[in-house]
Order: sequence, then structure tokens, then C-alpha cells
Amino acid sequence: MSLHPRRRPVRLLRRLGSQWHALALLTIVWVLLWGDLTWANVLAGAAIASVVVIMFPLPAITMQGTVRPGRALVLVGRFVADLFVASFEVAWSAIKPGPTPHGAIVAVRLRNPEDAYLTITAVMSSLVPGSLVVEARRSTGVVYLHVLDIDAYGGPEAVRRDTLALEERVLRAFASDAVLARCGLAPEDAAAALDAARPGEGDAR
Amino acid sequence: MTHVEPGLWTTIADVVAAVCLLAGAFLTLGAGVGLTRFPSLLARMHTVTKPQVLGLVLMLTALALRVRSWSAIAMLVLVVAFQLVTSPVAAHMVGRAGFRTGKVDPDDLRPNEFGEPD
Amino acid sequence: MIVAVIAAAVLLTVAALLALVRVERGPSMLDRAVALDALTITLVGAIAVEAIWSRRTETIPILVALSMVGFVGSVTMARFAAKEPESEGAPHSREEVAAQARAADVPRGEQRGGPRGAETDDEGSTDR
Repeated sequence: MSLHPRRRPVRLLRRLGSQWHALALLTIVWVLLWGDLTWANVLAGAAIASVVVIMFPLPAITMQGTVRPGRALVLVGRFVADLFVASFEVAWSAIKPGPTPHGAIVAVRLRNPEDAYLTITAVMSSLVPGSLVVEARRSTGVVYLHVLDIDAYGGPEAVRRDTLALEERVLRAFASDAVLARCGLAPEDAAAALDAARPGEGDAR
Repeated sequence: MTHVEPGLWTTIADVVAAVCLLAGAFLTLGAGVGLTRFPSLLARMHTVTKPQVLGLVLMLTALALRVRSWSAIAMLVLVVAFQLVTSPVAAHMVGRAGFRTGKVDPDDLRPNEFGEPD
Repeated sequence: MIVAVIAAAVLLTVAALLALVRVERGPSMLDRAVALDALTITLVGAIAVEAIWSRRTETIPILVALSMVGFVGSVTMARFAAKEPESEGAPHSREEVAAQARAADVPRGEQRGGPRGAETDDEGSTDR
């Protein structure tokens, strides 16, 4: 320590630099909390975000992806639509008279077990296609989903198909071409051409 | 208390807000009914994630349409974001704890692919 | 608007009562945690309904605070749920024992990922 008196500040600065998206996110949350966009709020938010990032360090998320705005829009739009459908389905199955539905646990092996994509897919599939993540194994990339009404869903194969389709939308929105190729998905240009040739097929269930 | 000018747009926004409010309250009721009626812990978790979250989102949309001030909407966006992120996490934690401690009867689950060789 | 607000208030009240029924019935702490979670979100909705009626914005920070801390309770209970006596839930089953054996069998070196691998992949060690 005494041999490198200037090392600590440099390391802190580097950590701030490597986690700039966490900084930006926390600053945005702070500004939203106060409800108006002023210089004082932005500066205070940035200061508090720096303190949080330095005091509570998290391991950096390895995500060398790109964001494709068009694909991200497809992902979000489909997510909102699915959220509506799934919510009304669950509410209806709760209210309708008769026997309550019959649940099951389905194992789905995702194509890409990297943390960031596994997390996004798991969170979104908890909210959307009538399923709930009970266990997830990072080592193998298998998620275990509880399905509320397996018979209405159409069996375990339908669950696997839908979850893999959701993962594909996530990967297409955020993953790099190399990752897409490794997961056996067509690269972005080819997929776009395919979509143009068969309108509506690319994102249908 | 925000002051809103009366006018055509206010009326339209109020009607949309009323629809959102009723739909949201209905979904919350569905979540409550499911919470009492569903027989197993995991089935009840479903009602707390999906209808409950969307119900709250709809009611907050109604609130945003009623007050129409940017600072309020900013905070409501924050509430929605927190709900969307935290509710699956909470559900996963509870579901996994219940599953691991044997509070879920595995015979209720057909098929149950957990523990099968990958 | 008043009709919609009253109808929503009635629906929310019934939902909150039903959640309370589940809190009372149990049967395990986890069920109660889930029901209390639902009760918190219903309360957030009720405050929102009041704000919708009076067009007021002063109560919105309450919504933010409640929605931020609402999930902490059930997550905490989930972390400590395994410390309950086993007799409270269903008896241990074949799958359950197999799952525990599998979780215990994974050697640390085989886990993927960086420094967090030990805590995130194998939380069973802290649960038991």
C-alpha cells in the first residue's frame, strides 16, 4: 500500500468507469424520485450513485452485447401483450367456478447460459407465459418452470417452445452476432431477410 | 393537489382512466381470489406475480392520466419498474424455498421434471 | 368517475380481505409471506385509488416507498424459511432428497462464472 500511494484512487476511478451504466441507472432513479430534472438533482444523484457503487461493489456483469432497438421494441411489445394475456388468464382461472387447474414443473434448457441473458429470460418468463421460475442452474443453463395449468397450456413441449422463443427474442435484442451464431440462431441480416420473406412468421409462437 | 383544466381531452383521459382503474381493480380481485382458492403454494405464487402486478400497473396508469404532471408520472414509472423487477425475484425466492423445504407436494405436479437427468 | 372509484374500492377491499384469509390460514410461513406481499400491493392500489379520486400527488411518494420495500419481507422469510421445523410442511419426498443430494454434490470448482458463483449457484448451503 505504501509502495503505491496513488493506486487506490486510480482503482476507484477505474471501477466508476467500468460501472458507468450502474451509475447512470442510479442517477436516473434519483432524478425520477425527485420528479424534476434540474442540475442540482442530477449532480446529487451522480454523487450518491458514486458512493453506492464504491461502497457496495458488485462483480461486473459480463455482457458483451449490442442493443438492437428494433428487436428490443419487438421484445417489449410482445412482453406487454403477453403480460395482459397471462394476467387475465390467471385471474380468470382463479375466479371461474369448477376445479382449480393442475400444475406441473417443466425443465427448459436455454441456448445461452450466460448470466445476463439467463436472468433477463428468467425474469420475463416469470411474468409472462403462465410460468414461474422455481430453480435455475447457472452451470447448465437449465431453468425449472412451474406452470399453473399444464393442460390448458398444451403440455411441456409448448412450455419449452414458448420459453425458447422468448429467449430468442431476448438474444436477438441484446446479444452480439457471435453469440447468436453460437446459439444456432441465424445472424441478424439473414433473420431480417427471412422475416421480410415471411411476414409475421419470425415472431409468431 | 393538481389543477386540471376541464375540456375534451380531460374528459377522454378520465374515461380511459376509469377503464384502466376498473380493469386493474378486477385483476387485483382475481389475484385475491386465486390466493384463497388455489390449493398449492406454487399456484398461489402465480396470482401474486401476474394479475397483481398488471393490476397495479393499470391503476397507476389511471392515476397518471388523472394527475397529468410530469413529476408524478416520473415517480409512477419508478413504482412500475420496481414492481416488474422485484415481484419475479420475490416469487422465485419464495417458490424455491417452498420447493426445497418440502412445502410443495411433488405428487401434485404431473409431469415433474425436476431432478430428472438433464 | 365516482362510480368507477367506488367499484374499484369495493373490489380492492374484497381482494385485501381474501389476502387476509390466506394470511390467517397459512399453512406455512411462506404462504403468509406471499399473502402479505399481495396485501401490500393491494394497499398501494388503494392509496392510488384515493389519489385518483382527489387528483392529489402528495401521496405518490408513499407508493414509491411501499413498492420498494414491499418485497423485502417475503424475500427475507424465504431466506429463513428452511429453519422451520420440518413437520410443518409436507414430508420429505424422493425428489426433494434427490435435489438436495444434487445440490450438495456439485463441486465448487465446476461452477461457472466469477467470484459470485459460490453464493448464487449454491444458496442451498445457507438455506439448510
